[in-house]
Amino acid sequence: MLLSVTGEIFELKAELNNEKKEKRKEAVKKVIAAMTVGKDVSSLFPDVVNCMQTDNLELKKLVYLYLMNYAKSQPDMAIMAVNSFVKDCEDPNPLIRALAVRTMGCIRVDKITEYLCEPLRKCLKDEDPYVRKTAAVCVAKLHDINAQMVEDQGFLDSLRDLIADSNPMVVANAVAALSEISESHPNSNLLDLNPQNINKLLTALNECTEWGQIFILDCLSNYNPKDEREAQSICERVTPRLSHANSAVVLSAVKVLMKFLELLPKDSDYYNTLLKKLSPPLVTLLSGEPEVQYVALRNINLIVQKRPEILKQEIKVFFVKYNDPIYVKLEKLDIMIRLASHANIAQVLAELKEYATEVDVDFVRKAVRAIGRCAIKVEQSAERCVSTLLDLIQTKVNYVVQEAIVVIRDIFRKYPNKYESIIATLCENLDSLDEPDARAAMIWIVGEYAERIDNADELLESFLEGFHDESTQVQLTLLTAIVKLFLKKPSETQELVQQVLSLATQDSDNPDLRDRGYIYWRLLSTDPVTAKEVVLSEKPLISEETDLIEPTLLDELICHIGSLASVYHKPPNAFVEGSHGIHHNCILMLIVYNTGHYCPSGDLLGDLLNLDLGPPVNVPQGSSMQIGAVDLLGGGLDSLLGGDLGGGVGGSPAVGQNFIPSSVPNTFAPSPTPAALSSGLNDLFELSSGMSIATGGYVASKTVSITGHYVHMFYCLYFFCCVFSFGVIPTTPLAMHTPLMPSQSIDISLPLNTIGPVMKMDPLNNLQVAVKNNIDVFYFSTLIPLSVFFVEDGKMERQVFLATWKDIPNENELQYQIKDCHLNADTVSGKLQNNNIYTIAKRNVEGQDMLYQSLKLTNGIWILAELRIQPGNPNYTLSLKCRAPEVSQYVYQMYDAILKN
Amino acid sequence: MAASAIFILDLKGKVLICRNYMGNVNINEIDNFMPIMMKREEDADLSPVVIHGSTHFLWIKHSNLYLVAITKKNTNAALVYSFLYKLVEVFTEYFKSLEEESIRDNFVTVYELMDEVMDFGFPQTTDSKILLE
Repeated sequence: MLLSVTGEIFELKAELNNEKKEKRKEAVKKVIAAMTVGKDVSSLFPDVVNCMQTDNLELKKLVYLYLMNYAKSQPDMAIMAVNSFVKDCEDPNPLIRALAVRTMGCIRVDKITEYLCEPLRKCLKDEDPYVRKTAAVCVAKLHDINAQMVEDQGFLDSLRDLIADSNPMVVANAVAALSEISESHPNSNLLDLNPQNINKLLTALNECTEWGQIFILDCLSNYNPKDEREAQSICERVTPRLSHANSAVVLSAVKVLMKFLELLPKDSDYYNTLLKKLSPPLVTLLSGEPEVQYVALRNINLIVQKRPEILKQEIKVFFVKYNDPIYVKLEKLDIMIRLASHANIAQVLAELKEYATEVDVDFVRKAVRAIGRCAIKVEQSAERCVSTLLDLIQTKVNYVVQEAIVVIRDIFRKYPNKYESIIATLCENLDSLDEPDARAAMIWIVGEYAERIDNADELLESFLEGFHDESTQVQLTLLTAIVKLFLKKPSETQELVQQVLSLATQDSDNPDLRDRGYIYWRLLSTDPVTAKEVVLSEKPLISEETDLIEPTLLDELICHIGSLASVYHKPPNAFVEGSHGIHHNCILMLIVYNTGHYCPSGDLLGDLLNLDLGPPVNVPQGSSMQIGAVDLLGGGLDSLLGGDLGGGVGGSPAVGQNFIPSSVPNTFAPSPTPAALSSGLNDLFELSSGMSIATGGYVASKTVSITGHYVHMFYCLYFFCCVFSFGVIPTTPLAMHTPLMPSQSIDISLPLNTIGPVMKMDPLNNLQVAVKNNIDVFYFSTLIPLSVFFVEDGKMERQVFLATWKDIPNENELQYQIKDCHLNADTVSGKLQNNNIYTIAKRNVEGQDMLYQSLKLTNGIWILAELRIQPGNPNYTLSLKCRAPEVSQYVYQMYDAILKN
Repeated sequence: MAASAIFILDLKGKVLICRNYMGNVNINEIDNFMPIMMKREEDADLSPVVIHGSTHFLWIKHSNLYLVAITKKNTNAALVYSFLYKLVEVFTEYFKSLEEESIRDNFVTVYELMDEVMDFGFPQTTDSKILLE
C-alpha cells in the first residue's frame, strides 16, 4: 500500500503547499479521503500542519481531523501544532476556540497535554457556553491521559464549579465528565452531591438537551436522599421526564424513581400515585424502535419482578405482534407469564395457543412452556391449560409434543392425582420422543402412575434396550421409575428391577448412576417396607416461579436500569474489565490413560514427594446409605473421599520433576519433546500438557494427558494446577471419580482463569501440577509454552505501535537470532498470527523484509517486535521491546518454536 | 460515556467511516463484528447486542448500512440505541437519504457531524436545526 501511493503522496504534497487557499483546502480534503479509505498519509504531517494557520473554519476542521488521526504516530511533529492550538483557543470566534480545545483533548500525546493546561483553564471560564461545555468534556479527556495532572491543576474543582453554571448544557457536560472521572476513583466523593447541588441539577434538568437530561438523571440515581421528604421532592421534579419522547430519558427517569420509591413510606398517597404514574411511560416504550423495545423489555422484566403491581393491568401490551423481531417476541413472552393471573388468564391462554402454531421453533417451544407455567401459576386455569396442551399434542408436531410432555410432567408435580386421565394420550406419543428432556419426563410419568397404567412394565422395558445410549438424566429417571414400579407391583416386575439395577451398577461407569443404583439395591434388599416409605414418599410441590432473579442481584440491576447490565441481567463487574483484574477463562483438558502395567507401590513412593494433606473429609458415619455403599465398593470409597488439595499446593510449590509436553493439540505450535519422567513416576502414569487461552471465555483448552501404568483401577481424584507468574488457577478443583481400567483413557475439562494470586516464578512459564489419586499425591512442574498467554486482541494500532516503540527505553530492546529458518515473510506472518502474534506493518528496506509485530499477554503486558528477514540468509534477527524485558527471552523462545514447527 | 467509537459499515462489514471518540478500545475490534453477525444469522438470532471478549457492539441497521457503537463499559444501552437512531435522522436530514453512496460522497461532512454530535463518547447537540448553522 505504501509504495502504491507514493506518487499520490507526492502530488498531494505539492498541492498542500500551493499558494491558493482554495487549492490547499481541496488538497486537505483529498488527504482526508485517502485517510478514510485506510491509506497511510502520515508522511504529509508537516505539510498539513502548515495549513492550520487559517481563519477558514472548514479548512481548520479538516486539519484538526487529520491531526487527531496522526498526532499519536508523530508525537514530535505534533508539537509543531501546539502554537496554533494555543492561538486558536484565544480566537475571537467561539466556534474556533471550542474546536481547538476539543481537538487538543483528542490528541493523546503526553508532551501536548502540558501545553493544554493553560488554554483549558481559560476555556473553562470562557464567556461562551459552547466553549465551556466543550472544555468540561476536555477535562475528562485529559484525566484519561494524565489523571495526576488534572488533580494537581485543580481542574476537578473547576468542573464542580460548572455544576452551578447558568447554562444547562454546561451543567450536563460537567456532570457527565465528573461521573466518568469518578468511575476511576470509586470511593472518592468527586461529585459531592448535596442538596444544593441536587437542586442545581434538577433546575438544569428541565432545560437541557435529551442527552444532558440522561447524564443528569443517571447522576441523580446515585444520590442518597437524606430523608423521605427530600426523596419525594426529587421524585416530583423527575416525574415530568417520564413523558419525554426519547426512550432513554424515560428509562433513566424510571431508574431514579424505582430507586427512590424504596425510601417512601408504603402507605403514603404519594407512593401509590407514583406507582400509577410509572405504568404509562413503560407502556409507551414499546412503541419505540425494536432495539429500544428490547432494552425496555429486558428492564420491564426486572421491574415486574421488583414491583409487579405497576404493570399488572397492562398485560395486553405485551401480546406479540406478528412483525416483532424474534428477540422482542421472546422477551414479551417472558413478561406475559410473569403478569399472568386469574384475571387475565383466558386472554393469555388464547394468545399462547396461537403462538404455539407459529413457525419459529424457539418461539413455539417457549410458548408451549409458557402454557405449562400458566397452569402452575394460576390454579384455576390448570384444567384449561391441560386441555390446550392436549390439543397441541394432537397436532403431532414433534417439537411441540415433546415440549408439551415436559410441561405436563411439571403440572402433574403441582397437581398430583388430578389429570391422570390424559396419560393414555401421552403414552401414544412415546415412540416419537427423541429429546432427553421429553423422554425423561415421559418415563417419570409412567413410574409415578405405574399402578394405573396396565402396561407400565412394557413401556419402561422398552427404554431398557438402549440403556447405555441414553443421557444420564434419562438413565437416572428410568432407574427410579422401575424401582417405583417394582414397589407398586412387585410380583410381575422383579426381573425388570434386577435388570436395571445391574445395568446401573455393573455396566455403567457413571458414578451418579452407580451410587443411586447401589442405594436402591441396598434399600430393597434390606428393608422393602422402608424402601417403599422412602421411594414412594410424598413429594414437595414445585414452586410457581422458578426463574426469578435473586433479590440482591435484582436490587443491584434496578440501580442499573437502561444499562448493559440490565440487558444482560448480570452485574456490571461480571462483564466489565476494571479494577477487579482481567478474567481470562480457559479450559483445562485432562486425558487420563491407564496402560495397565503393574508396578509395586513401594518403589513409587520412594520417588515422590509426600505432603501431609490433613485428615480426609469423611461423610458422617452411621448413615445407612454410607455403610451400604462402602460395603458394596469393598472399601474403595475411603480413598474416594480424600481431602482437599488446594491449600497444600498453594502453600508449598512442589519440587517435582520437569516434564515437557508430549502430546499436543493442533492449535498449539511448538514441537513436542517426549516426556522424561523419573522411573517411579513413569511406572505409575504419564502426564503431558498443552494449553491455550482465549480471552472472554471461549475456545480455550489446556490438555494434560495422564497415562497410567497400574494394574487395577486408577482414580484421579483431584487435579490442581497453576501458573503462578500469570495467576492461572482452576475455577474449581477437578475431582474425577471414575476409575480407569487398564488401557483406558478419559478426557476431562477443567475451567481455568487468570485471577489467582500472582507470584513471579523462575522460569516464568512454570506450570505446577498436583494430582491426587487412590495411591498418593503427586506433584510435578512443567514448562508450558508462553504462547498460551498471548491474547487474541494483541494487535496494536499502527500509530500506537510507533509511539510505544519510541516510548520504551532503548535499554529494554533485546536482540535475538532465529537460526536456520527458510520461510518467506508471508508464511512467517501467518504462522505467528495463528499464535496471536500480529503483524502490524511490513516494509521492504534494501531487499530485506522488516515485519513489525505486536502481542499482548493475559496480564496486559505488550511486547513489540521487529523481525528482519534477509533473502538468502537463514538467520533472522528479532528485536523485542517490552516494558518488562524479562519476558523477552520467553517470547523469543516462542518465536523460535513457532517458526521451526 | 456512551460509546468508545462509532462505525458505519456496509453490508459486508467494510468500514465506510469511523470515529474513535475515546481511544480506549482497539479500532480493529470491529473486524470481529461481521463474523459473529454471520454466524448469528445462521442461528436466526439477531438480538441487537453482540459481545466479543470484553467488547460490546450495539448495532442498528439502516438501508444498506450498519451503524455500530462499541464499548467495554456498562454503558447506557437505551441511550446508545436512541443516539444511533438520532444519528440516522441527522444524516438523513443532511443528505436526503442515508446510504452507502451518501456517506462516500460526503465524508467530510460526515466527519464534521460525527464530531459535533458526540464528544469523548458523550452525545452533544443532535438537533439538526442547530447543527445546520
